[in-house]
Amino acid sequence: MNTTPTHRTAPSSWRTLGAFMGKEVRHLLRDRQTLLILLLLPLAQLLLFGFAVRTDIRAVRVLVVAPEPDATTSALQDRFAHSGRFELLPTTSSIDSLDVLMRRGMVDVAVVLEPGLASALRSGGTPQVLVVADGSDPNTGTTMRTYATAVVRDWQQSLGAAPASVRIEPRLRMRFNPTLESVNLFVPGLIALILTMVTSLMTAISLAREKERGTFELLLVSPLRPWQIIVGKVLPYLGLAMANVITVLLAARMVFDVPMRGSAVLLLSSATLFSLVGLALGVLIAAVTSSQLAAMLAALGGTMLPNVMLSGLIFPVASMPAPMQVVSHLVPARWFIEIARGIMLKGSGLELLWPPLTILAAMLLVLLTLAIRRTSPRLA
Amino acid sequence: MNRSDAGSTGPAIVAHELTRRFGDFTAVDAISFTVQSGEVFGFLGANGAGKTTAIRMFTGLLAPTSGSASVAGFDVATESDRVRERIGYMSQRFSLYEDLTVRENIRLYGGIYGLDDATIRERSDVMLAELDFTPSVTSLVRSLPLGWKQKLAFSVALLHQPVVVFLDEPTGGVDPITRRQFWEMIYRAAARGTTVFVTTHYLDEAEYCDRLSIMVDGRLAALGTPAALKREYDVPSLDDVFVRLVRSPVADAG
Repeated sequence: MNTTPTHRTAPSSWRTLGAFMGKEVRHLLRDRQTLLILLLLPLAQLLLFGFAVRTDIRAVRVLVVAPEPDATTSALQDRFAHSGRFELLPTTSSIDSLDVLMRRGMVDVAVVLEPGLASALRSGGTPQVLVVADGSDPNTGTTMRTYATAVVRDWQQSLGAAPASVRIEPRLRMRFNPTLESVNLFVPGLIALILTMVTSLMTAISLAREKERGTFELLLVSPLRPWQIIVGKVLPYLGLAMANVITVLLAARMVFDVPMRGSAVLLLSSATLFSLVGLALGVLIAAVTSSQLAAMLAALGGTMLPNVMLSGLIFPVASMPAPMQVVSHLVPARWFIEIARGIMLKGSGLELLWPPLTILAAMLLVLLTLAIRRTSPRLA
Repeated sequence: MNRSDAGSTGPAIVAHELTRRFGDFTAVDAISFTVQSGEVFGFLGANGAGKTTAIRMFTGLLAPTSGSASVAGFDVATESDRVRERIGYMSQRFSLYEDLTVRENIRLYGGIYGLDDATIRERSDVMLAELDFTPSVTSLVRSLPLGWKQKLAFSVALLHQPVVVFLDEPTGGVDPITRRQFWEMIYRAAARGTTVFVTTHYLDEAEYCDRLSIMVDGRLAALGTPAALKREYDVPSLDDVFVRLVRSPVADAG
């Protein structure tokens, strides 16, 4: 065997990077259990959000109190029965039992009509209608009241009331999400959540594991450069993240009919940018922590929590206290959700979305610079 | 030894007043020594004497506070990229990837050091044959006994035929037979011209080194062949040399 070391040239960056990235892919593929969870969890979350966690309300139990049931009042009942959101309870003629029924939770909304309603209408009077909603959950109560009022108004118009005077009638329409489907609103947020998990959390854990086991030192004393270590770590997870985005979007479209009004390419590019921000954050977290557990907790607290709580995913940014609104500017998911909702629901394009995209790009630049510097072997 | 590798015709390692401070604490205090090519150089010292800090400087993981060092002819502070291509490293923590197979680990390290597939295959065949490696190359490293893992880690560190290989307490926790085999591997590497820089706290192992240095409180307290050191301190074993150095206030004696 040749005993003297052969002449060496600096190893090609791409070969070196390729060898390292190949290893990352093998890690991912070898741990079948984790991979399966990472692939299926997003779908499970989508189904959970889509079917169970809803802010729109269906099957509102409505009670019509009609002291003098006639054709007019049954027209109202028909409208409730066919609206798709209401479950019509047998009409009563007295208001007496209403309080008890609501207390027991058997009635969500009651519409109480005046006695002599039909004759009042005929003689040109203005009969009154009382809408009572269960307000123990204010959000739900308000929504139910709004639904019920809308049905009552339609009914009122069909009766051709008040023909004599000219009135200005407001017509309300919710643009972009006319049926107020909450799943439409959740899907962009859910994508942000999944991407955060796959990018920040998984890279932080994977890098911290190398530090914990001592393999990281071996990488640092090798010709691998910090940027190669980072790119090699990050790209396989980026691939996984994109696979997740695509499956969630397809499932959302097939199961829940979630629209995609803008450019899918723009959405995927934005998701890539957002993923890179998350990946850089994950690398940075791993660089400043020394164990897998610490990295995991830091990733959960530092990325998942703000991305869920301060991004507008669950609580609208506009309804946060002012200081929190300021903090939310630093949360990457806030910008991504704005972009994703814009593309999916409003069909917005680059001309409208460049500000949040620029902010994400700036975040990526800062985080990546920090990550590379913190991964440099000379920092200790 | 005639090497085609530019920069390695001189000594393998030169340390000159090499110093590293962490705040007020001086971990390595102005050490100077030279290691010749092909030498098996032992680096001894109690825990916390500064061995690991010194190795981290030689391997480019840590910048010197003052002084200088060169490895394979290149300065560790200013030419660390070139140093890194020419060294092998095996840390005290066993560091192959447990969830990859033997073959995958070999391919990974070969690839990181820029070897092409044919070279990797050729060298790993020779390497495994020399090791008498009986487990399958497609078995996960996790499933190997510790002795095999350690021997494999050392062979992998030599795969790119480094000028210098740094071994940081390579034989911790393995049985005496494996330790013996491990030292045979070290000699084989040295006979091929690779300089071996090895830290240990087994003093019987220190006897196997061509020369050894003993660090006490960050300083180089003694340096020489095992025989010379025993003569100098007029004691029958390296154990006695070590105990004497660690007990006496060498730091003041310089």
